[in-house]
Amino acid sequence: MSGGELLILLALALPLFAAVVTYAVGRMPDVRETLTLVACIALSIVAISIFMRVGQGDPPELMLAQPLPGLSIAFRAEPLGALFAVMASVLWGINSLFSIGYMRGRREAHQTRFYTCFAIAMFGVMGIAMAANLFTLFVFYEVLTFATYPLVTHSGTPAARRGGRIYLITLVGASVLLFLPGIIGVQAVAGSTAFTPGGLLDGRVDPVMGSVLLLLLVFGAAKAALMPLHGWLPNAMVAPAPVSALLHAVAVVKAGVFTVLKVSTYIFGPGLISTLPAATWILWVAAGTIVTASLIAMTKDDLKARLAWSTVGQLAYITSAAMLPMASGLVAGGLHMVFHAAAKITLFMCAGAIYVATGASRVSEMGGLGRRMPWVFVAFLVASLAIVGLPPMAGMWSKLLLITASFGTGEWLTAAALIASSMLSLVYLVSIAFRALFPPIGDGAAREFVRPGGTPATALVALCITAAACVVLFALADPLARYLAPMAAVNFMESAP
Amino acid sequence: MIELAALYVAPPTLTAHAPVLAIAVPLLGACAAALAPSGRASWVISVIASMVGAWMALAVAGEVMRENVIIYQLGGFAPPAGIALRIDAMGALLALLIGAVGTLGAIFSGHSLVAEVRPEKHTLFQAGFLLAQAGLVGLVYTGDAFNAFVFLEVSSIGTYALVAAGERRDRRALPAAFNYLIMGTLGATFYVIGVGFLYAATGTLNMADMAARLGTLDQSAAVQAGFAFIVAGLGLKAAMFPLHGWLPGAYAHGPSLISLFLAATATKAAIYLMARFLFEVFPDGAAFGEAFLDWVLAPLAAAAVIICSAQAVFSSELRRMIAFSSVAQVGFIFLGFSIASADGLSAALFYIVAHGLMKATMFMALGGFAISVGARRLNDFAGIAREAPWTALAFAIGAASLVGTPLTMGFLAKWQIIEAAIASGRVWMVVVMAAGSVLAVIYVGRMVEVMFFREAVPGAPRAKESPIGVLVPLLVLAGLSVWFGIDASLPQQLAQSGAAGLFTVRP
Repeated sequence: MSGGELLILLALALPLFAAVVTYAVGRMPDVRETLTLVACIALSIVAISIFMRVGQGDPPELMLAQPLPGLSIAFRAEPLGALFAVMASVLWGINSLFSIGYMRGRREAHQTRFYTCFAIAMFGVMGIAMAANLFTLFVFYEVLTFATYPLVTHSGTPAARRGGRIYLITLVGASVLLFLPGIIGVQAVAGSTAFTPGGLLDGRVDPVMGSVLLLLLVFGAAKAALMPLHGWLPNAMVAPAPVSALLHAVAVVKAGVFTVLKVSTYIFGPGLISTLPAATWILWVAAGTIVTASLIAMTKDDLKARLAWSTVGQLAYITSAAMLPMASGLVAGGLHMVFHAAAKITLFMCAGAIYVATGASRVSEMGGLGRRMPWVFVAFLVASLAIVGLPPMAGMWSKLLLITASFGTGEWLTAAALIASSMLSLVYLVSIAFRALFPPIGDGAAREFVRPGGTPATALVALCITAAACVVLFALADPLARYLAPMAAVNFMESAP
Repeated sequence: MIELAALYVAPPTLTAHAPVLAIAVPLLGACAAALAPSGRASWVISVIASMVGAWMALAVAGEVMRENVIIYQLGGFAPPAGIALRIDAMGALLALLIGAVGTLGAIFSGHSLVAEVRPEKHTLFQAGFLLAQAGLVGLVYTGDAFNAFVFLEVSSIGTYALVAAGERRDRRALPAAFNYLIMGTLGATFYVIGVGFLYAATGTLNMADMAARLGTLDQSAAVQAGFAFIVAGLGLKAAMFPLHGWLPGAYAHGPSLISLFLAATATKAAIYLMARFLFEVFPDGAAFGEAFLDWVLAPLAAAAVIICSAQAVFSSELRRMIAFSSVAQVGFIFLGFSIASADGLSAALFYIVAHGLMKATMFMALGGFAISVGARRLNDFAGIAREAPWTALAFAIGAASLVGTPLTMGFLAKWQIIEAAIASGRVWMVVVMAAGSVLAVIYVGRMVEVMFFREAVPGAPRAKESPIGVLVPLLVLAGLSVWFGIDASLPQQLAQSGAAGLFTVRP
């Protein structure tokens, strides 16, 4: 077995192993959580090694099983997937740190189930990131759906169960009724579903067939929460904060947009996308999603609901990027996937930290809290600015690239939606931090801590790391864009403004 | 990856006689079980005889992969005077399915009969069960059209009685069994009339000879009438839409063991025999054969998929839902069949195995529930997954395979039929299959939702986890659906070589 095969096997086996072990030692919380952290670190190292190998032009490959000729469970790392794997595994580690503080601070029940399902979800993410064909991606996509269902319904209340039902029905329904027929269509047209640089279907379909397949595959990936299949995301906010943080800012929703990016890059290819009328329709839907979601976010008083709606909008950015008939759009989409993950996980962790310390979950209850919890709200401010896309936060680069790419291809509607939503996010996110840090004179006294000592230390450390990452990534944008460039088969510097 | 051709499971002397042993051991077992002193003893005999039968079927399958076709002359007399068994990969595959489901079913019956059948009937029940197995294996092994009729009746007579034995729990088993008896006998009569016509035309009962002589004959009215009788008769036995009226009652009201065994094997054996006649006996290019496939079988199959899936959606009794789903699934199989290509037939054969395993799993799981509660209506199963998680898990795996979830056998089965349909330019079939699958998602979704996500009705009788004697065969069945969904080589090689064998016979 070559080193590359071993790396992919490890990336798949480590989370699975972590799931079994955390389940087995469930009665000893300290051991359980130590092992989770060890697994996170090990997985991050493996993911980074895969990332490096891809960068050196030696992508690891692995063929796991082939039930039928032409239908295989196979893996091959490529830039976008390697980046996704690194992002997910590193953020899993940081988020586990946060979970430990949050879950203990809230004395949540069923913590073992929580950590076990988390690890299985990471198994799904690694499979999605490394999948070499649509079929493999589909299988792991479903693993992720089913592994996260118990996390969404964690509290077991009727509201949680209702959210879980919507979650399962929307995601499974869309993937079976739309995504799977799309896969079968691709297989029928091309005789394979392998991700091929330049586009598997390029030159093999007419615009009508191509449009049908594109619509099936993009809307079938309901984890990308493109309207009208976005309803599950705000409903899934009944989950505990760490679940929302990792799954609904990083793993689940990013698996959705990652799928969209993969489909547009490797199944259709930029050349084919530019000839498909459906790509333009999806751009319009995405633009509508961006603006509508931002407007709804403004009306939400519940902080997590507001963040969820903001996520719906931000995901539509990436879907737009995938549909822009320009290769640099794909790079921008890949970058935004990472930058938004860092910012949104910070925001969710802040929401969780505020909730643990003070019991406040509504924006209107948070006035003046910045004085009591300065670290949390400074982190919140940094991450909000990253979402808005102001320098020196990483979010700026991807937004800039996206807006230029959409102007460059004449998609003024997309550009307008992007600019409008940035303005709106300034209002619905940054204002929260300002009101907490600099309360207007006349506001009542801020809330008291309900938990002695406020936010648990591990939770605080975790959210400070990701907030710092939002700034550090600002400087890393160029190397990352260069890393992603081969996937779009373009020279990034030439197409950049 | 299992290479059947490299699989030697029995010593050579035994393998040489495995074809006849696979039939004779269950047959003799049936006599022994009828004479057994107690129900327990007859159960032991039944398990052992089924196991030996399955073992011999496996030995035959290995031999068939090496030799392509085995001809076994009973008593050493050559046909046409003597009786010959002629086994190809298609028959070996079906026999393997019958043996596997028969063995697991026999183990399962240890607990389920106690709950479902009167104690004094146990010995006769096991005898009937073994008789049905022997008949079905004989049916798929024989190379003689009339012997096929005999074996068909041997197995049918066994199953009529077995369905009726469900009367202890559900009195409706009696009319259902009577219905099944009348329809089944009609079907068998039609079949034997058709064979009579062909005998009159060709002067032989051996299927290979028949094929050779029909190829040189004009397509006389007698041949065509024979064809029509055979197809109609076997269509009745196979529950081909709209001749399926007997099936929902027989599956829904008979004992669980019989539901699972019938669903997995009995209709499948009739489908097998129809494939033999359609693709082997009737000469290539027979215009009426092609017309039948394109204008009768395919539309009826499509109607079965849509209409019976819809009926399953609107049923409220769980076993009835699964029974209707079986008719719809037979429709899927006939769709693959009507493509009339080696790929289509291979996909249909693969589907037969997939469907046999998934339905056996689902009916066995229901039998597991039935040991502790007498629930029948779908809503009675609310929240049962909490009380009997493993049984419910196995049911869910069977249901997942039914819907066609990737990594289960059902997915590969549907996938192959769709591929064969697209390759032959029948895009409408893909649409029908998609519609049928969507309906399956709906009714299976209802079942899973009720079992896993609904709260138990307060005051309803509590279910218990199935005893270990049920769980083991149940999880093995469910495991097979998953295993063959990841490594399909074992059924795949038999299905492919069986289909290829039939299609290369044609000049």
